[in-house]
Amino acid sequence: MALKHKTPLLDELESGPWPSFVSDLKREAESRQKNEKGIDFQCPAEMPEDLLGVVELSYVHKRTHWKHGGIVGVFGYGGGVIGRYCDQPEMFPAVAHFHTIRINQPSSKFYTTEYLEQLMDLCERRGSGITNMHGSTGDIVFLGAHTPQLEEIFWELTHNINQDLGGSGGNLRTPACCLGGARCEFACINTQHICHTLTNVYQDELHRPAFPYKFKFKFDGCPNCCVASIARSDLSFIGTWRDDIRIDQKAVNAYVGGELKSNAGAHAGRDWGPFDIQKEVIDLCPTECMNWDGSKLSIDTSNCTRCMHCINTMPRALRVGQDTGVSLMCGAKAPILEGAQMGSLLVPFIKCEDPYDELKEVIEGLWDWWMEEGKNRERIGELMKRQGFQRALEAIGLKAVPQHVKEPRSNPYVFWKEDEVPGGWKTDIDEFRKYHQR
Amino acid sequence: MAILDEEAAKKIIVETLQKKKGKTKFYLKDFYKWLPDEKNREIKNLVNKMVREEILEYWSSGSTTLIGLKGVGKQAAAEEGDD
Repeated sequence: MALKHKTPLLDELESGPWPSFVSDLKREAESRQKNEKGIDFQCPAEMPEDLLGVVELSYVHKRTHWKHGGIVGVFGYGGGVIGRYCDQPEMFPAVAHFHTIRINQPSSKFYTTEYLEQLMDLCERRGSGITNMHGSTGDIVFLGAHTPQLEEIFWELTHNINQDLGGSGGNLRTPACCLGGARCEFACINTQHICHTLTNVYQDELHRPAFPYKFKFKFDGCPNCCVASIARSDLSFIGTWRDDIRIDQKAVNAYVGGELKSNAGAHAGRDWGPFDIQKEVIDLCPTECMNWDGSKLSIDTSNCTRCMHCINTMPRALRVGQDTGVSLMCGAKAPILEGAQMGSLLVPFIKCEDPYDELKEVIEGLWDWWMEEGKNRERIGELMKRQGFQRALEAIGLKAVPQHVKEPRSNPYVFWKEDEVPGGWKTDIDEFRKYHQR
Repeated sequence: MAILDEEAAKKIIVETLQKKKGKTKFYLKDFYKWLPDEKNREIKNLVNKMVREEILEYWSSGSTTLIGLKGVGKQAAAEEGDD
């Protein structure tokens, strides 16, 4: 079937062995041309074709033909819709408006087939039929809707599919979590429950701009960090435990004897030789807190940093502890300004139980500080760097503990105040200035 | 509002925006400066209320949100054009 625009440059992208978005767009374009289901399209059926056309033109000109941002949205919400317009509307009228709609994904992205079909039907009928599953925050993204369809899509989403928009702009972004206890024995917390609960508690922050810039929560059930919260969220919740790793000595010996496959057989594609517990586990422990005497494994929990390597290698023998909670990391971000940053350990351990009141105190303390002190477009991690980690601790009323010190003796970011030291001290600033000019 | 009543605060916001030359959209933090005696969270709530009342409107780039008087500055119709 002939498409509206010739796309020789885009066609090159279909030639490799990998899946191609160009092939997907062409398939959708043909499907909308045929319209075998007789759908009453509310946006032009040619949207995928004009999208291919405008992307081809960008490849020819080596510059974008999109204008990004706008006042479009749904009533009362300050996020969830991002305006996008084509700067060649006569050439590509079907994508003259091509707004992005972010939709809050279900926790852990568990769907029923019926729910997915409802979503796809809505996107096909009222949008371009093109989705992005999932955007980088995890949202379900409907790519390309015309302005008059925005409120219609929102109404159908909230009334028929029981789903809300996600976050964008200076808002709390759509919280995301790992599969948690639903599929994973390592989960130390109920990631879906806390994700869903805090999404509901902070509805206002999700939909109505309150912050200097974006703010992301992500919830990982264990330190394996499958949703990469430590790198991708301003406040990262990582499941952990404070008692001992549970050891099944019989199973440890079964790994050593070759009866059980290490890493659950994940590296079975090549013969790596017999499992060597000393080389593959004990010697790789980053804090050297493990010992194997030939028949018994022991772990000094006080020195364990929860790296998960031993548990991942011998999951039948080692299990996470039972006194579980979360570690909170603050300040991760991508490299838009001043390079990428990983989260810094803010709260080493806190229980994580419904209704999460202690966690809410931490969250709201950080927000109050950031809303007061943060500059426009400054992430909380950048504020933490600018004012010092100690200010973040003060914001949540936490005292510095050794776990906060990243590099002892080279990173003196904990400063004592006079009232914190018994007896205090007196400083004669005039005497000091005699020897140290400003 | 803590110090001003709500109508007085709204009036300050609207008048400040009307006086601005050139720029029509502002960060939420700018609104805090115009009402220095009020709590930031209350100003945020008021601004959001004024959006619901269609006095103000949001502009979003996707990563950042700006706020301005409804109907002032570049509008959806113009955003579609090539200006």
